[in-house]
Amino acid sequence: MKDGLKIELGRRYRFSASHRLHSSRLSEEENRRVYGKCNNPYGHGHNYVVEVSVSGAVDAATGMIANLADLDSFVEREVIEPFDHKSLNEDVAAFRENVPTTENICKEIFERLKRFPKAKLERVRVEETGNNTFEYAGEEL
Amino acid sequence: MVYLTRKLEFSASHLYHNPALSLEENKRIFGKCNNPHGHGHNYTLEVTVAGEPDPVTGMVVDLKELKEILEREITQRMDHRFLNYEVAELKGQIPTCENIARVIWNLLEPKISKGRLHKVRLYETPDLYADCYRNGAHGA
Repeated sequence: MKDGLKIELGRRYRFSASHRLHSSRLSEEENRRVYGKCNNPYGHGHNYVVEVSVSGAVDAATGMIANLADLDSFVEREVIEPFDHKSLNEDVAAFRENVPTTENICKEIFERLKRFPKAKLERVRVEETGNNTFEYAGEEL
Repeated sequence: MVYLTRKLEFSASHLYHNPALSLEENKRIFGKCNNPHGHGHNYTLEVTVAGEPDPVTGMVVDLKELKEILEREITQRMDHRFLNYEVAELKGQIPTCENIARVIWNLLEPKISKGRLHKVRLYETPDLYADCYRNGAHGA
C-alpha cells in the first residue's frame, strides 16, 4: 500500500462435526494412551469456529479487500458444506489416513482456502472449543 | 517489546453506496448494505500499542492518556453518528470495516507519543473485523 499500511479482513465461521483420534501407525494400547478419551471408537463432536484472515489492496470503488459474499460462498463451498454435521474421519477424504486433530484440520482448511482467487489468505485459526485454539499460516519460506 | 491493547465500543450507522456505479451495480455488489436509509452496528475497537515499559512507571503507555485520546479521536467522532454523513475523514469513501480501520489508524498514530501504534482491529460484528498495521509488522 502507498501509505505503508496493511489491511486484513477477518471472518469467523462455524461448523459442527464429529471425529475420533486414532492413528493407524500406533497400536490399540498406544492409541488409548496418546489420545485418551478422544480415542473412543464411536467418536465425539465439537462446535468448531474457523477464523479466516485475508489481505490485499482495498478496492477504491467498493472499499473492500474482497466482497464478503464471495468469501462467504467460497468458504461455505470448500469447508462448511463438506465439514458441517459430518464425521471428519469417515466423510472427509483428507482424514482417512491423517488423524483429524485440530492441527491437521487447520492445515487442511488452509490448503483448501489458499485457492481463494480474490485475496491472499494470511492465516487460519480454528477453535476446537473455547479453550483450544490452533493457527496455521502456511509453511515458512 | 510489550504489547498493550485497549478496547472500546461505539455504535454507528452507515450504508454502502458508490455514486459512480449504477443502482443495479450498487445493489449487486453491496446487497442489503446498500439500503438507502442505512443500518447500524455496535463496533468494537481494539487498539494495540507496542513499547518497552518505562523503568520508573512500569508502563508502556499511560492508560488514562490512551483512554482520553480514544475518547476524543474516536468515540466523540464516531459514536452514535451516521458514518457516511458525519465523519469528515470518511467522505468519499465507502465506510467498510477496512476503510474505517485505516481512518482510525491515521487518526490515532500521530496522537500516540509514548510507545507506538502497533495494530488497530475493528469488529463490525463478532464475526467480521479488519486489522490495520504497518507493512512488515506482525499481524497477529
